[in-house]
Amino acid sequence: MGHVTHTSLPAVDGWFTTSGPAPALLGSRCGVCTSTYFPPIPGNAGFCRNPACDGEAFDEVELSRRGRIWSYTDAQYQPPAPYIAPQAGASGGEAYVPFALAAVELAEGLVVLGQVADGYGVDDLKVGAEVELVVERLYGDTTEDGSSQDRTIWRWKPVTELGEEADQ
Amino acid sequence: MSSQQVAVAGVGMHPWGKWGKNFVTYGVHAARAALADAGVPWSDVDYVVGGETVRNGYGGYVAGATFAQALGWNGARVATSYAACATGAQAIDTARSRILAGLCEVALVVGADTTPKGFLAPNAGERWEDPDWLRFRLLGMTNPAYFALYARRRMDLYGATSEDFAQVKVKNAKHGLSNPNARYRKEVAAADVLASAVVCDPLHLLDICATSDGAAAVVLCSAEYAARLGLDDPVRVAAVSTVTPTFPNTVMDMPMLSTDPSAATGESEHTFKESIGLAAYEEAGISPEDVDVAEVYDLSTALELDWIEDLGLCKRGEAETLLRAGETTIGGRIPVNPSGGLACFGEAVPAQALAQVCELTWQLRGQAGERQVEGARVGITANQGLFGHGSSVLLSR
Repeated sequence: MGHVTHTSLPAVDGWFTTSGPAPALLGSRCGVCTSTYFPPIPGNAGFCRNPACDGEAFDEVELSRRGRIWSYTDAQYQPPAPYIAPQAGASGGEAYVPFALAAVELAEGLVVLGQVADGYGVDDLKVGAEVELVVERLYGDTTEDGSSQDRTIWRWKPVTELGEEADQ
Repeated sequence: MSSQQVAVAGVGMHPWGKWGKNFVTYGVHAARAALADAGVPWSDVDYVVGGETVRNGYGGYVAGATFAQALGWNGARVATSYAACATGAQAIDTARSRILAGLCEVALVVGADTTPKGFLAPNAGERWEDPDWLRFRLLGMTNPAYFALYARRRMDLYGATSEDFAQVKVKNAKHGLSNPNARYRKEVAAADVLASAVVCDPLHLLDICATSDGAAAVVLCSAEYAARLGLDDPVRVAAVSTVTPTFPNTVMDMPMLSTDPSAATGESEHTFKESIGLAAYEEAGISPEDVDVAEVYDLSTALELDWIEDLGLCKRGEAETLLRAGETTIGGRIPVNPSGGLACFGEAVPAQALAQVCELTWQLRGQAGERQVEGARVGITANQGLFGHGSSVLLSR
């Protein structure tokens, strides 16, 4: 294992993309009624949950990158498995660092949960405030050849309005 | 009483706690207590409904038969219900429907559980299509984190404070003091709640209910059987609401990672939790103003305030006003959780919705002792089970 590589992979397949100019969540839009679902419907084939719609085929679409906070909280204690702490892959035994969580309303009319971006806590959040999507490291794991690998996840980052930062 | 009604002939419980025993032990204890309370011999019971427990192996999956065997096979028909926290209401609905259909006369409904310490974690194994697994793996989203989302909305939208949430705990602790089935029987000061650790902002440890062992049982019977028992004016099941949500359900629900989308269809007229109570009121022909007492699912202190509004006991955003005025305390206009609620019990999932019915039965009979709500004639329970299970039982006399 002389050659140690460092790669980065999504923690879950097909739920968000980083291939465009900005990251985006991937949803499934019903081909009949246009209701747009997240998480995406596997294979974009399934059943539209709108009771007035019998759509079974969906198109992959990128969801709004910005939304408004429906509510928020944080995790002051380390959640149980299958949660993997970001510290777990490192030397081990490092202190748990609390993180914030937000439920965010998008223009598609749905609310999507996510962790809040590194460096932000509940004091930076407010119901109704605007946030934008970012992709960050969730935890690290090790591949069979011994190289380390980051697992990434979508997160919500407060949008600081112009001038607001200077006020504080 | 009308032949279109079902009577609550008897209720019984095994005290909540951490007793380290098998769930069957608790269940049989509660069942025997309910049968004794009803004066019904086990041999008369012709239908048994068990509330499934998912943490106790195969015997828990077939709880109805497990309890029937433990009580001694008597040939009764059997069913087992599972609807997460709403299990008890679904079990009652199953028994009530069969009685109303004339297919049985006396039904025994039993729920019992033993629960582990700490956060309720998902079952083992990787399950990439199960939101209950994904929410932990991808987000670290525990149950208290969901409760905290609802609590925070009350603060940011209606001006609720941590002190308000603490006062819910203070009230419920007071209510539960004399309840022999409650696990925690100790006065709590608001300062104690506020001094306890923050688990998920804004909720402190003492805002969040524990998990407990416990069991509750209800004996239901037809009007004809009630008459033969000599019950002149029994507590009646006026309605059971086991509704599912109406699309789009745009309120973030545990254990989901997202809500339904509303952009293509517009918002639903009522939230899911509002619809649970509405269905019960409609079925019973009873309105929120007629309700004398309520047992609601206070998984957190703040959630009790949500339920008060969801049940139409006051307008949206006014539950704190009601609380601060003492109206939800025993002696107030609409006492909520006279049993002490989950704050004093901790949650024993398949037994909890039945425990709510036990409490209201004692209240409506005037047998609740020091926690009696004077003159209570109509009571309602409210609760919601994971994955879209409404749970509300309306009892009247």
